[in-house]
Amino acid sequence: MGMTIIEKIIARHVGEEVVPGQVVWMDLDVRSARDFGGANVVQHFQREYGTFAVADRAKTLFTFDCVAPAVTIPYANNQQVCREFAREQGIRVFDVDAGIGSHVMLEHGYVYPGVTVVGTDSHLNILGAVGAFGQGMGDQDIAFAFKTGRTWFEVPETIKIVIKGLYQYPTTVKDLTLFVVGKLGAKGALGKAVEFYGEQIERLNLAERLTLASMATEMGAITALLTPTEEILDYCQERQRPGGHVSPISADPDAHYCQMMELDVSGLPPQLAAPPKPSAVAPVSEYRGKAVDSVFLGSCTNGRYEDFAQAAEFLGTRKIKSSVMAKIVPATREVYGQLLDQGLVQRFFDAGIIVSHAACGGCASGQIGMTGKNEVQLSTSNRNFPGKQGAGDTYLVSPLTAIASAIAGEIVSPEELK
Amino acid sequence: MGRETVIQGRIWMIVDKQGRLIDDIDTDQIYHNAHLAVTDIREMGKFSFGNLRGWEDFPSKTQPGDIVMVGKNFGAGSSRQQAVDCFASLGIVLLLGESFGAIYKRNAINSGFPIVECEELAEANLKSGNQIEADVASGGIRVLGEEERSIQARPFSQVQMDIYQAGNLFQYGKILEQK
Repeated sequence: MGMTIIEKIIARHVGEEVVPGQVVWMDLDVRSARDFGGANVVQHFQREYGTFAVADRAKTLFTFDCVAPAVTIPYANNQQVCREFAREQGIRVFDVDAGIGSHVMLEHGYVYPGVTVVGTDSHLNILGAVGAFGQGMGDQDIAFAFKTGRTWFEVPETIKIVIKGLYQYPTTVKDLTLFVVGKLGAKGALGKAVEFYGEQIERLNLAERLTLASMATEMGAITALLTPTEEILDYCQERQRPGGHVSPISADPDAHYCQMMELDVSGLPPQLAAPPKPSAVAPVSEYRGKAVDSVFLGSCTNGRYEDFAQAAEFLGTRKIKSSVMAKIVPATREVYGQLLDQGLVQRFFDAGIIVSHAACGGCASGQIGMTGKNEVQLSTSNRNFPGKQGAGDTYLVSPLTAIASAIAGEIVSPEELK
Repeated sequence: MGRETVIQGRIWMIVDKQGRLIDDIDTDQIYHNAHLAVTDIREMGKFSFGNLRGWEDFPSKTQPGDIVMVGKNFGAGSSRQQAVDCFASLGIVLLLGESFGAIYKRNAINSGFPIVECEELAEANLKSGNQIEADVASGGIRVLGEEERSIQARPFSQVQMDIYQAGNLFQYGKILEQK
């Protein structure tokens, strides 16, 4: 019988055909932990396994990205616990200068189509952007994976979403993504995998695919998987590590889907998600004129070079409104380097924007601070739950809506400010 | 069989002001990210629901042996184990919900913490303070007291029962290795 992408990936790692609902023991190609959860992973590991070695140190990683560098002593302690464990075990640490773990693993060739990756980052499903199966898990799960290299998993059902039509600038993939989250709702894909199809999806570049795949979490999904294009395969091939094997993956034509959905994005205007939840989606124009205190561009959802380049182009030589505090956080050190190379740091600086080093930033209440009570923040990230990014109100938007509103000092659709 | 599969206790229904079970409670509301650096489970209980409006005082109201009852998609969001462990820390004996976030459910299963899904919970006409008895092996739930009645929940899956009986994922892994 035909298989969906997730079924194929799991089947490859189990060594036999699988069906939804089946519980399998699955081999894991990468096992990671970040500074959040990492110390708990170490604690569980040492309590359960003493000084035993991890199953495969070449497949085991730490990535520090939540509070990087640490600004509280507990976080600093936790990072040091991970570093010491990593030294003893011979495990690689991508330290506080590296950036967001999921992106770092992709840039460094650990992740490519068809691999299985677990870690303490609940947005690891973002790796579905290249047709890889990433899954965020708790610290006990990860400690077990460090030691055994495998875990149990219930094969999920798959929903097929076909995107009809094409959106037009200044609508972006973030607007499409929010639109889908709004249509599905926070539990629309609960416990399921999602596959996206349609001409608009085929056209998406890596940065755009990361944006869409990252928010599978906010649909309640296990993961959202996109069929890798030539461009994606080439990207992964170039960065392949020794022992890696980059090859295409796609669903079989006769694969079974538990649900089919069609959504039309022709003429879709820019979207936002209003506080307090990512599924409270509406056109940006409905909130037009609301005063904005701060803007955050970054996160695993919109922290790629292409996201910032788009914002910079829109910005031109304009400055942001003096009443707005705007912060830019590149996803990784590599992206940060691109911003420097291309003169964008200077451009953002001249416009009155804070540019920070790479990490999660606002999402983890990290190095660029938090919002205060009643503060209205526009953020290009993926979650606006109460308290997530501080005490204020967070609206999720595209980089273009964020920068347009930073210029205007109030919520405005980029259509109006071109 | 080692651990008890029939669990009895007094329920706390996590409801809004209108008395409806709250859906989509995310892990930041259950266990706020301000306390993520805490690694000692004994310290986690006092932060339970610390960021859920109307329920901030939950840790001081609840008692060991109580059952927490929740709505749909409970535990959406981050992968933090503390959002499960904080209830174990308070001595909560069972989490009963209409549905759970996928990572959250895994975390509960792997730590051997009893978690049971029941789609019809909202229609079961239950009140905080009711005593219930849940058989996690069959999914049968008896509401005790004057109007005794039963509702049907989803029983533990096989892997869930195996891990529960072993104690947690680590113990289960060791049993598997010995086989």
